Amino acid sequence: MAKKVFQRPKYLKKAAFHYCPGCGHSILHRLVAEVLEELDIGDRTIGVPPAGCAVLAYHYFDVDMGEAPHGRGAAVATGLKRALPDRIVFSYQGDGDIAAIGTAETIHAANRGENVTVIFVNNGCYGMTGGQMAPTTLVGQNSTTTPGGRDVKRDAFPIDLSEMLAIARGSVYIERTAINSPKNIRKTKRALTKAFKTQMAGLGFSLVEVLSPCPVNWKMTPIEAARWIDDTMTKTFPLKVIKDEVGKLD
Amino acid sequence: MSKKVLMRGSQAIGEAAVRAGCRFYAGYPITPQNELTEYMAESMDGLDDGTFVQAESEIAAVNMVIGASMTGTRAMTSSSSPGISLKQEGISYLAAQELPAVIVNTMRGGPGLGNIAPSQSDYFQATRGGGHGDYRTIVLAPASGQELADLTRTAFEYADKYRTPVLILGDGMMGQMMEPVVFPEPIDVHTLPPKSWILDGAKDRPSRIILSLLLNPPEQEDLNWRLARKYEIITREIPTGESYMTSDARMIVIASGTAARIAKGAVKRVRELGLKVGLFRPITLWPFPNIPLRELSRQAREFLVFEMNMGQMVDDVKLALEGRGNVHFYGRPGGIISTPDEIAKSINSIYHRQHLEED
Amino acid sequence: MAKKSGFIVIDRKLCKGCYLCIDACPSKLIIISDELNQMGYYPAEFTEGDSEIGNRTCNGCATCALVCPDIAIEVYRE
Repeated sequence: MAKKVFQRPKYLKKAAFHYCPGCGHSILHRLVAEVLEELDIGDRTIGVPPAGCAVLAYHYFDVDMGEAPHGRGAAVATGLKRALPDRIVFSYQGDGDIAAIGTAETIHAANRGENVTVIFVNNGCYGMTGGQMAPTTLVGQNSTTTPGGRDVKRDAFPIDLSEMLAIARGSVYIERTAINSPKNIRKTKRALTKAFKTQMAGLGFSLVEVLSPCPVNWKMTPIEAARWIDDTMTKTFPLKVIKDEVGKLD
Repeated sequence: MSKKVLMRGSQAIGEAAVRAGCRFYAGYPITPQNELTEYMAESMDGLDDGTFVQAESEIAAVNMVIGASMTGTRAMTSSSSPGISLKQEGISYLAAQELPAVIVNTMRGGPGLGNIAPSQSDYFQATRGGGHGDYRTIVLAPASGQELADLTRTAFEYADKYRTPVLILGDGMMGQMMEPVVFPEPIDVHTLPPKSWILDGAKDRPSRIILSLLLNPPEQEDLNWRLARKYEIITREIPTGESYMTSDARMIVIASGTAARIAKGAVKRVRELGLKVGLFRPITLWPFPNIPLRELSRQAREFLVFEMNMGQMVDDVKLALEGRGNVHFYGRPGGIISTPDEIAKSINSIYHRQHLEED
Repeated sequence: MAKKSGFIVIDRKLCKGCYLCIDACPSKLIIISDELNQMGYYPAEFTEGDSEIGNRTCNGCATCALVCPDIAIEVYRE
């Protein structure tokens, strides 16, 4: 008698994802939902979606969700967590949301050591609005606002927000992973689990940056996009544990 | 009922907020309202269930209030004119997401960086909605230390009752003045009616979403109509104004807040000279108290609007009067505080120019 | 020692033809279907559709489902 060993996790509603073929959001939503279920925290979790492709994340996550204005996720999460400290609060934000318009809110939430978990989805562009340059667009990378490729003189270097956040005293666990291969997907899930456990233990600010494929805006097939992360993106954004003051958690 | 205490205006707001059950405050330093932020820092700390956050910006502060309000907590932020500009995005979201919140604006001279002197130049920003989209916010204009306290409690009640942001418009002078205030007993927050829409973890219930993104136009239209109906109800239920010596007045001075205190002094002075002048003081600036004002136009045909700005409330007065009577305006912007004598002169001049002394 | 045996079920309606599963399957048991689905994609198709136990080489490792963005794959193990 065959046993089903893989199915839709509990904290994802039955809606079909609107994301593009091969988009990292879909995989990442599933991982977050799996982690919430495995840690048994879904029914006391409140999520904050971004402005971006994942603005509709509340159609998928079957937990309480409260929309924030673009970039303000870390501030809204602060309000939620300070008002209800025993709930689990996470914000889910793209690179433009977190490292352009939301830079101040994110850095300060980390600096204050807000006991929330931030999921930073890095796809190197503003996806929802059609592929404009983002804070994490690579030098030389094409985008609709950098037609010849990102030029250092005109457009500056990409920002490594996760490294910046590591300097903040209140941040305790920051890791960069990717979701472009089975191995990396498993690593991402472990990082997410550790981040949520960090919050459950009341240890401070945790963040997981996830390099995520954006095939349509990168103008690649899903498989090419997945490869590009390994071949090119990780040269600017290496996959690693950026800060770990929490050690091993049960 | 508690005893009378002598308190600075900004602090009276803080004490009233705490007693009204405010349990979350986020703010940022800006003159002339720092006393309120500092008062909240101390008082929230003194409670088991209170939270104070000095945010990194006015923007962050209002967004923290959004988050706290989503949990059903009575939440407040405060600032002064330039900082309130920064909060406009957040206020639009509060209105769209139908979240209760209290925002206190201690107005100062502007536009731009302006100065730190008292002004009423944010009337348009408050009543016409400085943020984007089709929304209104309830706007309350206290004119004394006692009213700062009373209207703060009212603000929290309206915010919860109507699920909407409420603005308290003070100014630099009122924030600094020390007047005797009697505070009501503190509310036990546990006795506040539960809110059915809050986010607190979907345990034993379906998950909830608080959002304002409505990509489907009919859904957006639905929200706009829902808000419009709410605003209609608010417009019917809460407009408030105060009349002073208007029963036989041939000319009415209209002013709010600190301007009204000055105008009251002016009205007293001209009454001593035998001029039949009264004062009408709007207390809710939105919804504007149109009906009592229109009533006054039955007996009086000259109206003088006095504001500490270049003429903003005067528009609402004209709208309320619907063409009846003559509307005059006297304004001092930039943080200059007129004297009652100055206003009395203006009243006198109009009164005689319009031949009101004749029967 | 008998090898683990399994099979997958791909929901053609959900599949968006990204083919990450095809790339990921260690036994190369997934191919591109030549029939369009309703969304206009050529969905992925599991090649071992028949239920004769002896023929299966899928071991239910679920790597395909791990990478599938649209949760279009259910995995079964004996």
